[in-house]
Amino acid sequence: MATYQSLDLRRRSATTEPPPSVRGTAVEVAKLIDVSKCIGCKACQVACLEWNNLKEEVGVNVGVYDNPHDLTEHTWTLMRYTEWVNPDGNLEWLIRKDGCMHCDDPGCLKACPSPGAIVQYQNGIVDFVSENCIGCGYCVKGCPFNIPRISNVDRKAYKCTLCSDRVAVGQAPACAKACPTQAIYFGSKEDMIEHAQGRIEDLKERGFANAGLYNPEGVGGTHVMYVLHHNDQPQLYAGLPNKPQIADTVALWKGIFKPLSLGGIALAGVIAFIHYITAGPNEVTEEDVEHAKALTGGRDVS
Amino acid sequence: MTNTWMDIKNSDVIVIMGGNAAEAHPCGFKWVTEAKAHNKAKLIVVDPRFTRSASVADYYCPIRPGTDIAFLGGVINYLLSNDLIQKEYVLNFTNAAYIVKPEFGFKDGLFTGYDEVKRDYDKSSWDYEIGEDGFAKVDMTLQDPRCVYQLMKQHYSRYTPELVERICGSPKEKFLKVAEYMASTSKPDKAMTSMYALGWTQHSKGAQNIRTMAMVQLLLGNIGVRGGGMNALRGHSNIQGLTDVGLMSHLMPGYLNMPTQKEPDLATYMSSRGFKPLRPGQTSYWQNYKKFFVSFQKSIFGKAATAENDWAYNYLPKLDVTYDILRAFDLMYNGKMNGYICQGFNPLMSFPNKAKNLQALAKLKWLVVMDPLQTETARFWENHGEFNDSKPEEIQTEVFELPTTSFAEDEGSLTNSSRWLQWHWPGQEPPYETKTDIDIMAEIFLRLKTMYVNEGGAFPDPILNLTWNYQTPHAPTPEELAKELNGRVLEDITDPADPTKIILAAGKQLDGFAQLTDDGKTACGCWIYSGCFTDAGNQMARRDTTDPGGTGLAPKWTWAWPANRRILYNRASADVAGKPWAPQKPLIQWNGSRWVGFDVPDYGPTIKPEQSVGPFIMQQEGVARLFARTGMREGPFPEHYEPMEAPIANLMSPAIKGNPVARMFKGDREALGSAEKFPIVATTYRLTEHFHYWSKHVLPNAVMQPEFFVEMSEQLAAEKGIKIGGWVKVSSNRGFVKAKAVVTKRLQPLKVDGKVQHVIGIPIHWGFTGAAKKGYGVNVLGPVVGDANSETPEFKAYLVDVEPTTPPVTEPAVASVSSSKKQQG
Amino acid sequence: MSRDDDDSIVARYTAWARINHWITAGSLILLALSGFALFHPSLFFLTNLFGGGQMTRILHPFIGVVLVISFLGLFLRFVRYNFPTVDDFRWLGKFGAVLRNEEDGLPEVGRYNAGQKLYFWGMTFTIAALVTSGVVIWDVYFANDFNIDQRRLAVVVHAGAAVAAVLLWIVHAYAAVWVRGTVRAMMRGSVTAGWSWRHHRKWLRQEVRDEKRVPAE
Repeated sequence: MATYQSLDLRRRSATTEPPPSVRGTAVEVAKLIDVSKCIGCKACQVACLEWNNLKEEVGVNVGVYDNPHDLTEHTWTLMRYTEWVNPDGNLEWLIRKDGCMHCDDPGCLKACPSPGAIVQYQNGIVDFVSENCIGCGYCVKGCPFNIPRISNVDRKAYKCTLCSDRVAVGQAPACAKACPTQAIYFGSKEDMIEHAQGRIEDLKERGFANAGLYNPEGVGGTHVMYVLHHNDQPQLYAGLPNKPQIADTVALWKGIFKPLSLGGIALAGVIAFIHYITAGPNEVTEEDVEHAKALTGGRDVS
Repeated sequence: MTNTWMDIKNSDVIVIMGGNAAEAHPCGFKWVTEAKAHNKAKLIVVDPRFTRSASVADYYCPIRPGTDIAFLGGVINYLLSNDLIQKEYVLNFTNAAYIVKPEFGFKDGLFTGYDEVKRDYDKSSWDYEIGEDGFAKVDMTLQDPRCVYQLMKQHYSRYTPELVERICGSPKEKFLKVAEYMASTSKPDKAMTSMYALGWTQHSKGAQNIRTMAMVQLLLGNIGVRGGGMNALRGHSNIQGLTDVGLMSHLMPGYLNMPTQKEPDLATYMSSRGFKPLRPGQTSYWQNYKKFFVSFQKSIFGKAATAENDWAYNYLPKLDVTYDILRAFDLMYNGKMNGYICQGFNPLMSFPNKAKNLQALAKLKWLVVMDPLQTETARFWENHGEFNDSKPEEIQTEVFELPTTSFAEDEGSLTNSSRWLQWHWPGQEPPYETKTDIDIMAEIFLRLKTMYVNEGGAFPDPILNLTWNYQTPHAPTPEELAKELNGRVLEDITDPADPTKIILAAGKQLDGFAQLTDDGKTACGCWIYSGCFTDAGNQMARRDTTDPGGTGLAPKWTWAWPANRRILYNRASADVAGKPWAPQKPLIQWNGSRWVGFDVPDYGPTIKPEQSVGPFIMQQEGVARLFARTGMREGPFPEHYEPMEAPIANLMSPAIKGNPVARMFKGDREALGSAEKFPIVATTYRLTEHFHYWSKHVLPNAVMQPEFFVEMSEQLAAEKGIKIGGWVKVSSNRGFVKAKAVVTKRLQPLKVDGKVQHVIGIPIHWGFTGAAKKGYGVNVLGPVVGDANSETPEFKAYLVDVEPTTPPVTEPAVASVSSSKKQQG
Repeated sequence: MSRDDDDSIVARYTAWARINHWITAGSLILLALSGFALFHPSLFFLTNLFGGGQMTRILHPFIGVVLVISFLGLFLRFVRYNFPTVDDFRWLGKFGAVLRNEEDGLPEVGRYNAGQKLYFWGMTFTIAALVTSGVVIWDVYFANDFNIDQRRLAVVVHAGAAVAAVLLWIVHAYAAVWVRGTVRAMMRGSVTAGWSWRHHRKWLRQEVRDEKRVPAE
């Protein structure tokens, strides 16, 4: 979305040469979503629409509070509500703000075939650069959290930018700014992890023995993290992946498979060439022609 | 609020009951999360539904709608029988020790003095025994069987945990756990805050719901302290301001009363407003009533208000009855009110019995709607199929829509729940020909005045003599009006000891209400707002976030009434000797010569502790009332009555149906439904995604909750064959609505008096205008009855039935269209 | 050494069959180019052949549709010649001789040899895999019809099948160049009798027999 300086980039999709930034380091940022403080008011959802000037459609009620019912090209963040009866028989209403997790090792970026359509800034934010997006939808398949959505209008992929435009000028993302209960914090990843520890202690004191920080290793950690009351069962929160990682299929496809197959194809060509220069062409001999003539009587066969 | 939003962070226990702060007050709710994060506070939620507040609570207990008094009565019983009260506080700061008249009694659900025909009480027995010295008798040992403490103990001994469970459907162990949390704050240094809203007010006994919790808070010593209080969460940014400046037919600004027909002259009016102290040496601040009243009259009638004409007392209308909105619509309905100016609200959707409201509006000759939005009230004549089944061809009402600015387009002050008057500035220019409410009212007034000047009239004086000294008469500025509310000196006020010495010079803006006089030398539009706009400037526009001691009081941020005091009754934060109950959380204290601390003392600043002046200076007793000798129509002690429509008989007193003093108009009582036909309890509420009927005009809000729905338990849905997301019809004895079904674990069937009781929830935000999907007015369903004291409609507890149904007919019926075409032809 | 001028001609492919083949071949080449463009960053420049990334992404599946229809024509046309026979296995058993251009010891070959048949079935299966997986990841029309796991699997299947198809195609194209006299079969529709005798003797015998049965007019 945003314009950027190449110096700010850590990764760039479909690009083989290393970006200049590998020479330096930058402070990594993170958004910390404290699910235990979230009241599900959807102010973040509205703030996201407003800041990014997105116009979502007025839908219908399908019997739940989740509106719209899934992420869309306009809805980059979505409150997902889960009613869970805990082992003590008490109801818990688990409300999770879904959206791009800004993986440190982003599956979308890995899957993207279009150079520069997906970038990762030095601060860890993963951003889509629409003008380079070709709308192939590979990022959708590459994402372990099933986040990006392709617009039906311009066929480009959209998702949370972590308000990279705001962050670039020292502002917190719009959702964090709008959150009335400060369930969304924003700052350096280090600070966020430290803040989360305090929250986790508080939750443990309140009887949530398995409270913890969701910062999954499988994707190299994320730049959007959750404080969960039940970190041992992330799937309770509207199917938050237990141990997310880039799908094996995607890893295979974008990993070893590419060089192997290109190599294989090249090899096939080389072998053919060698065969040609060693065995030579397979040509019809005079003998063959004579035999044929004997059979056909020299007439054409039609 | 007795306290402030920010002060909630100082609480140890937060009880959300009769409200859903996380849902309806998400911004203020941040202070709850602060209390939890930094003060290790426990959040307790008691609600018929597992709400958004409950989702972040430490403990949740369900309750049947309309049984809060039974629940809290049970808490009072628990506190008294286990002696878990703040004894020193109760003894010295409440009327627990006061002896009640021997005539006073309570039997079969009624207090002494009930008149069944009038549905009202003769309250003369509800008072203290007065001694020969002219003061109320007290027994500081609390042993006298006629003392308030003993009477209260006896009254609430009937509210056993077992009975609470039978009435409220709250499991006994959960009720006791809640009581235990509350009781933990009886320790002098612990505080509980009560956060409530329409969940308590929208009942036929709403005021008593609140009073019951106020009694709990007094017993626990939680009033006047940091992190304590009775905190009404106002739903509209300026609804506190509305009551403060008296926008109700029976009030004048600053909670002065409108005269009634029984008070034809000022002497009679003042005779019941002497507010003589009931105990020796008490402040009884309402003794200054006449100063507030005369200054108000001088403010609005200026020179025309003189000592000789009783300060133009005869200009004031004298009420025969109260003209609340329910009565106004009843009058319209009966053809007795035929013009109506509707300013900034949407009564077609907001008040009970939409069908009656529609017919009432259709009988008007004219209707003026002043609003920033296209409200349903302005479009009441349009047919929208089942959503608004009116007959345009039969309606002759002439409707004038006057577009007004929204809060973001004009300047002025808003008074929030914390009683802060916060000045605001326009964020943008108003669109098109939009005008501010002030400009429109000024234009109407000036034209009216011209008509009186030119044509005379039955009684032109109040109009002709109304003070109107604005630089631009047709457009008074908000600052001019604010200055008027603050008040100023009209004539030099001199030192009584030395008449040549001028203390207050004419023309000076008042510094506060202490400067008011009853001799016509001061003018003040609203005495409690005095101090908001002084010669030092607009105090409401202050934006200084300094917060000494990190108390959350931020005394230089805007201005709070009264006298920039942030916590009311703050004298009660210190013990009898003037030392803070909670040394770690001091508010004000006696330093040997004055009361000092973080807040403006709600007390004479130099009154010594040993003078035994009570901390509740507005009361004639100087102490808080566990026994309410005046003020409440139902009785001095709150008693459990069932809602007007209830699924069971009153288990405390089976003969009493509903609130015995609630007013009901003819026809409305007959429209009550029975539990046999309508076995399910319904309660209505607001969602965080919407604000009333307004935000459905805003696209993002409409996206967040697009369509009208009702919530019900999985058990009820299974019983009725209702599918999640399917259409259901909800019917009461007055009408029906169709909505989508949200089937949820957050509503659970309750066990009430041994039987399964289903409760459904109905959010109210949809209508037939705006960006969201069209929906029904939920006010089709509710009974037309208000709280006996305030006439707030009983929207929180009534009876319905539900069934699966087909989608609503959303377009006007064909017959209606063709008939209107015929008329045009 | 070949004596075209001296050789008689044997008809091998009708005009319709040739058109059908070249449509298939053309669309396969376009698909390969556009597919490779999105397959590896180093080949992304190939999108320029199609008017940029977006256009490449738009065109690729439509070319795929052309391929499917066209290939279906080929399939129906030739499937009856491609069922395996016992001789095919013997032929395959002596594949080394084939590679060394020594065809004397081989069983007589009918219209298609075992290699060609393998190619036929190889293409049939890879194209079937490509079209199936292609539909699953054709997000413009079918994104909502498949879940994310199915779509993730489909991208891998699609890439795998595409590589397999390309490898098969390399063999096919090389064989056409290597075995002289072959290309004219698809260009002009006919081959020389000598070529037929050398490579598809059984077929030639059959053709001659068939012609005798039908008297010339």
